[in-house]
Amino acid sequence: MVQPLDELFETPSQTAGPYVHIGCIPSFAGVQGIYPQDLGTSPISEGAKGTHITVTGSIYDGTGWALRDAMFESWQSDAQGRFPGQDGADPKVNGFCRFAADGDSGEFTLRTVKPGLVPARGGGMQAPHISLWIVARGINVGLQTRIYFDDEDNAADPLLARIEQRPRRDTLIAKRDGEGQYRFDIRLQGDGETVFLDL
Amino acid sequence: MDDGPLMPRRRDKHPVPYDPDYKTSVSRSPRWPLLSMESTPSEETGPRFGHSLLGPLDNNLVLNYSADGSPAIGERILMHGRVLDEMGRPVPDTLIEIWQANAGGRYRHVKDGYLAPLDPNFGGCGRTLTDAQGRYQFLTIRPGAYPWPNRANDWRPMHIHVSVFGHAFGQRLITQMYFEGDPLIDRCPIAATVKDRGQLDRLVAPLDMSHARPLDFLAYKFDIVLRGRRQTMFENKPEGM
Repeated sequence: MVQPLDELFETPSQTAGPYVHIGCIPSFAGVQGIYPQDLGTSPISEGAKGTHITVTGSIYDGTGWALRDAMFESWQSDAQGRFPGQDGADPKVNGFCRFAADGDSGEFTLRTVKPGLVPARGGGMQAPHISLWIVARGINVGLQTRIYFDDEDNAADPLLARIEQRPRRDTLIAKRDGEGQYRFDIRLQGDGETVFLDL
Repeated sequence: MDDGPLMPRRRDKHPVPYDPDYKTSVSRSPRWPLLSMESTPSEETGPRFGHSLLGPLDNNLVLNYSADGSPAIGERILMHGRVLDEMGRPVPDTLIEIWQANAGGRYRHVKDGYLAPLDPNFGGCGRTLTDAQGRYQFLTIRPGAYPWPNRANDWRPMHIHVSVFGHAFGQRLITQMYFEGDPLIDRCPIAATVKDRGQLDRLVAPLDMSHARPLDFLAYKFDIVLRGRRQTMFENKPEGM
């Protein structure tokens, strides 16, 4: 016998369910009057420095059907690669956004500034990216992924470099389709399945 | 010493992503393995929220949707507990949000068409920040069980949805709190996605009479543990690893 480790484990996740909106974005769900406004309606405020961008996309299940009930959270640095609270960070960038798939079309839209290069752990830099967390009915543990950009130099990014299969790497890279406009589709399963992260 | 990487998520302590008994998970679970890597500043930082966010009734679901001060219908309960990390340290000043069905098992959501009526005084969501010791509390009503379209006669046990931020985006967690003694827990395919029985038990809040208020409310205690961060002493890693 040995001494017990007395480990404390993380509380297990459970699905956010179909009604996550009333808890996290109640005004979006039509529940008015509890909070003055929903949390995380924008990751930036008026005057945020940098390139203003719009990322649009859909999230598809294994049959190719776009989810209508998914909720997303994004987290990112400012245009200089500084996170809120860090020295010199842009006070107009709070970095956090909550948004949902449209109940009719399934499409989502994120309006923000393009993030900067962020340090990697142990030296080096990560290419500009937005961290994304996805919850929905049928997703038992919230899914982490990242949005990179096809008009940035992603060659030295340590996370992308760990994805051996080149076609899978492309699932994390938003495609520029206009001035300040990007398309980022997410596939939960099947052909072109998005790379989901454990970090 | 809060500067180390996040401790890796123990996937065996979480639900399985794919579980045919929870039918929606079949088409919404990735087939490829997750890409594992040590956390970076993108996961080790996260949004912080202050007390200016909160209204006085935000953690009182009995009253926070009532137009005229009439309380929501149902069994009054105090839901309380602590938020800790895997190192056993309290997580102070972190935002907790909850949402739930009313006493009849009906959500105030356009997609919920269950027979049970809406309660005009119950909205069904609340939020609060933990204190310096990581403690939080909500006053609410016990949600009802309700049927849901899965297998022919599946019912959700009474539960409250819980969302916690922690201090790092990589700690983000949504879970559900169940109630001690509910016979529907062992019949629920969503609860059963947690295959480790000891872990499922941690989602079941015990009745806590020491925090109940006589002639007013019962109490249930729900402690929450978030991912911890490794300490960086003795670390000596080659660049880029």
